[in-house]
Amino acid sequence: MSRIDARFVELAARERTGLIPFFTAGDPSPEAVVPVMHALVEAGADLIELGVPFSDPMADGPVIQHASERALAKGVGLARIFDWVREFRLRDTATPVVLMGYMNPVEIHGAARFAADAVAAGVDGVLLVDCPVEEIAAAAPLRDAGLAQIFLAAPTTTGERLARVCAAARGFLYYVSFAGITGADRLSTGDVRERVAAIRRQASTPVAVGFGVRDAASAAAIGEFADAVVIGSALVERLAGAAHADEAAERARAFLSPIRAALDRRT
Amino acid sequence: MQRIEDYSMYPDARGRFGDYGGSFVAETLIAPLAELDAAYRRLRTDTAFIAEFERDLKYYVGRPSPIYHAERLSREVGGAQILLKREDLNHTGAHKINNTIGQALVARHMGKRRIIAETGAGQHGVATATVCARFGLGCVVYMGATDIERQKINVYRMKLLGAEVVPVTSGSKTLKDALNEAMRDWVTNVADTFYIIGTVAGPHPYPQMVRDFNAVVGREARAQMLEQYGRLPDVITACVGGGSNAIGLFHAFLNDRDVRIVGAEAAGEGIATGHHAASLAAGRPGVLHGNRTYVLCDDDGQITETHSVSAGLDYPGVGPEHAFLKDSGRADYVGVTDDEALAAFHRLARSEGILAALESSHAVAQAIKLARELPHDRLVLCNLSGRGDKDVHTIAAREGISL
Repeated sequence: MSRIDARFVELAARERTGLIPFFTAGDPSPEAVVPVMHALVEAGADLIELGVPFSDPMADGPVIQHASERALAKGVGLARIFDWVREFRLRDTATPVVLMGYMNPVEIHGAARFAADAVAAGVDGVLLVDCPVEEIAAAAPLRDAGLAQIFLAAPTTTGERLARVCAAARGFLYYVSFAGITGADRLSTGDVRERVAAIRRQASTPVAVGFGVRDAASAAAIGEFADAVVIGSALVERLAGAAHADEAAERARAFLSPIRAALDRRT
Repeated sequence: MQRIEDYSMYPDARGRFGDYGGSFVAETLIAPLAELDAAYRRLRTDTAFIAEFERDLKYYVGRPSPIYHAERLSREVGGAQILLKREDLNHTGAHKINNTIGQALVARHMGKRRIIAETGAGQHGVATATVCARFGLGCVVYMGATDIERQKINVYRMKLLGAEVVPVTSGSKTLKDALNEAMRDWVTNVADTFYIIGTVAGPHPYPQMVRDFNAVVGREARAQMLEQYGRLPDVITACVGGGSNAIGLFHAFLNDRDVRIVGAEAAGEGIATGHHAASLAAGRPGVLHGNRTYVLCDDDGQITETHSVSAGLDYPGVGPEHAFLKDSGRADYVGVTDDEALAAFHRLARSEGILAALESSHAVAQAIKLARELPHDRLVLCNLSGRGDKDVHTIAAREGISL
């Protein structure tokens, strides 16, 4: 069983809502990446989404755009990201790591080479924001290498397409809670609850919900019905400007702990 | 190299031109793109819609645009005859209006009242603001902060036409970032908003739709050639940034195998210097702005900043149909430097009394190169895609003249 599947089985057995923090690899600093990953796990993360910075992040709001720009300015690229995952794996072989980013770096690296490098480093899944199920062929080498390709479902994903997305999903399905960009403030829990219930009836994977989750309260509200909660922009915002790796790790821990506690109070 | 039998068959139903094109967009955009594709599929064969479009092209844009024989220029060059397809004579001064009229009509049929657009030099922004005023639609134009600084007159022009111009401060603050920002707006406001993309790039169906609306250029030109000269040209050429005026001219000639097709990309300060925007001549296949195409990027897949004296060619990608034409060998794409384009600008101004846009000056430079190699009885048709009034300040500044 893959690390992602094992983690969700374990969560279900413990009746615990999964907590998936996202941050951009290389921001606030290259030195902070691995310490922040460990700090997030210590504070209750069940899976880590690591953002691969891209020069043209079309689906991201200003917070993640700027984090990408800062990381790129520090020369962050795929080779270093794989190194960080490898280093993380020295101490943590249980927490799944998903890379989230855009197609072009994968295409330029070569999808097969990317997949081999990712697997060797200890990456478990890949979410390519601009690779919808229609373009699944472009990412075939990733799945062939054993990486879980995570797909997004949006409020506008319905009917036959939803069935296709559910069928293609591996690891978990990432439900985008509203039509918009990351970090926007448009979350309506009632609508999301209904849609997630409909998707869970069709999906064979767990359903995680992201976009617009900012704090313990919104995470707990989503956690009432989702298998996992993804929280990104608010964490990236909190990490920004940390002076050194220890401070970034401390901020990550302080940010995530109350969210973990709020999710656990529910159960 | 794969032999293509019929170029009019592309794109396929998935929006593919061979390996290129497609819909590489976030999940949230799939539904609105499918809605647009369905609407456009219906409208493109609807006789009432076509009549509406053609009426506006005739009475509002002023089509057909003539083919003009640049006799003095041809004599000076001393080779083949250079013919200019005068898209610069259209309302708003460029080919861009063909596309914005078409898309605004599609928006109206879809019941969308709010229009957004991206613009680099401001030409597409002006053409969009123009048709929004004409059709009474709300208009928001995204423009890189750097470009706003460089193109103040076009910014003011858009405002005069009632558009709101939103500065984009992310990334390199130029056209590609304006496109990202317009996409973000669209994702957020899909219910009432129509996104008028200004070139043959973006996700399906944009490369097809923008091509179809500009294809009037080549259709007219082909008929005019037969009427005025009794034959087709030997070579056709146009400048290629995103590639909308070029595909507009090329498309009607793709199945005419005897007509050679050459696209002129912006080689900036020279391809070897790295300061250029020649995606086809110097880039590699990748994915940008919703489609697979040739892109300019580093070894890690990060899109690189481009350079061209002409803001309209300053784009790190190119329409996927051009990528397809390059790989299939149907068209050649070559670089024209800033200096060569400027020299052609002056030469055309002095020999023919025409101020060409800096973008179009790349095509003129290429036409001159092609003509020089051919005998007098050959015909080189060049798309003069826009007029140069907008560039007068840029040219003066570059040549150290204060106005």
